Amino acid sequence: MSDTAANVNAAETEYEPVVGMECHAELLTNSKMFCGCRNEFGGEPNTRCCPVCTGMPGALPVMNIQAVEHVMRTAIALNCSINPHAKFDRKNYYYPDLPKGYQISEYDIPIGVTGWLDIEVNGQPKRIHIRRVHLEEDTGKLFHVAGDESFVDLNRSGVPLMEIVTDFPPDIQSAEEGREYLTRLRSILTYIGVCDGKMEEGSLRCEPNVSVRPVGSNTFGTKTEIKNLNSFRSVYKGIEFETQRQAELLRKGERVVQETRGWNDTRQVTFSQRSKEGEEEYRYFPEPDLVPLHINEDWIERVRASMPELPDARRARFISEFALPPYDAGILTDTRAVADYFEETARLCGDAKTTSNWVMGDLAKLLNASGTEIGASPITPAALAEMIGLITDGTISGKIAKQLIEEMYATGGSPKTIVEEKGWKTIKDSGAVLAAVEKVFAANPNIITDIKVKGLVGKRGFLVGQVMRETQGKADPGEVNRLIDEKLAD
Amino acid sequence: MALTREDVKKVALLSRLELTEDEIDTQIGPLNDLLKQFEALQQLDVTGVEPTSHSIPVVNVLREDVVKPSLTRDEVLANAPESREGCFVVPRVIAD
Repeated sequence: MSDTAANVNAAETEYEPVVGMECHAELLTNSKMFCGCRNEFGGEPNTRCCPVCTGMPGALPVMNIQAVEHVMRTAIALNCSINPHAKFDRKNYYYPDLPKGYQISEYDIPIGVTGWLDIEVNGQPKRIHIRRVHLEEDTGKLFHVAGDESFVDLNRSGVPLMEIVTDFPPDIQSAEEGREYLTRLRSILTYIGVCDGKMEEGSLRCEPNVSVRPVGSNTFGTKTEIKNLNSFRSVYKGIEFETQRQAELLRKGERVVQETRGWNDTRQVTFSQRSKEGEEEYRYFPEPDLVPLHINEDWIERVRASMPELPDARRARFISEFALPPYDAGILTDTRAVADYFEETARLCGDAKTTSNWVMGDLAKLLNASGTEIGASPITPAALAEMIGLITDGTISGKIAKQLIEEMYATGGSPKTIVEEKGWKTIKDSGAVLAAVEKVFAANPNIITDIKVKGLVGKRGFLVGQVMRETQGKADPGEVNRLIDEKLAD
Repeated sequence: MALTREDVKKVALLSRLELTEDEIDTQIGPLNDLLKQFEALQQLDVTGVEPTSHSIPVVNVLREDVVKPSLTRDEVLANAPESREGCFVVPRVIAD
């Protein structure tokens, strides 16, 4: 809002958003939810289809146990209770990406209920309550080509899909909290290996519903649902835009229409897609083709025992076990792959803080620049640990290490071999360093005068730089400083 | 409660059935009879009877997460009224 607008509206109502989150996660399984077709992103259209996932009459679905256990894992990670008796239902509607004319979903008895996820915004912890976690199947994909036709690809039809819904009344009250909730949720889902979390590929999708109310009020306004958000940034921007749009409507005395709104990422606006009123005619009824799911304590315990350490627990352990600053621990535990990489390296070299600096700094930069996941890093944890060892034992300087890591990244070579081949070892011989110092002094009489006579001590750094250059960065900086001081005192 | 003409039209739309005005008139009677039969069922005293969604005492029919061969694309598209570039072709649906 511009300053002028703020002044004009100063006497008018300020509004705050109330946000519910509905997230869909495609589950990481080999096969689809109810048939043996491969579950994989992409592929030639309609090549991963069978009578079950194309809705042929008489074809019968059979539940994928891995998908069921992935939902159990998620429910456990989100502190939910697990319903001992769950069942599937048919959600009936007509759309060309839904070949059966119904989606198999869970209506009134989802697998997981009543949990929570803790977030932190600006140092303030907040608990976001979860209403339900349920299992369903994804639809096919529609392509809108020019003209009056659409194309249908059913490869995605029947892919196991998990829905996670926050509780009502909603806890999320800003775009920042919405983004943070999604960030934490994605982190948990990827940690426990149930979803790859790729928002740009649609394997994790988020549909916030947003309403606004006067600040401090406890009523609820009319909500809109935002679709097509395919990045954390667009989720943030989408909630923010909707909040402003609704607040402005209300300030003008107009009303908010309950509807689904699409996000246009180019124009950074939401646009009306369809009115939701009267649309909820899904005629749910129990899926007669699937028998109920009974989940006993033994089963839950077996699944619980198979789960890895969760991000929050790992963050806390990195702080206590490795004495890392909370900032480092937060970044390093954001994804399981980075946390695993860090932990392995830190254990091998025994210097956690130095490892953290390299992983978050130079290594992250190199990975980002080449768009590589840390799991595919050309530098293994063992190689990075070896490099850190070379710094610690004084074989190379920190400055050389910055060149070394680039070389290791480019060639995948061992740090010791590269240092040997390039002759990057620190010069331990004081005589050689002294010779370099003397050469620099002889070549820069004016600088020496500036420092010694005019007292321009700031120029001393130039001398250090020149000596390091003379020794190709291989001189021990402590030694260089000592020798320069001695020489200046002459 | 008895169904009205409007109810029948709505149910027909949800089922994607195109009914003529005459057909609506002739369907109201049988549909209301059907509802009456369910009303009769609701008279039953089910105190102490566990709610159930299925009539057979079977639970947890699951399969291992193993990939099986899919159909060939030609087979998948064999019944399609129209297909092109490996896709089913349908009348344009608006998503934006």
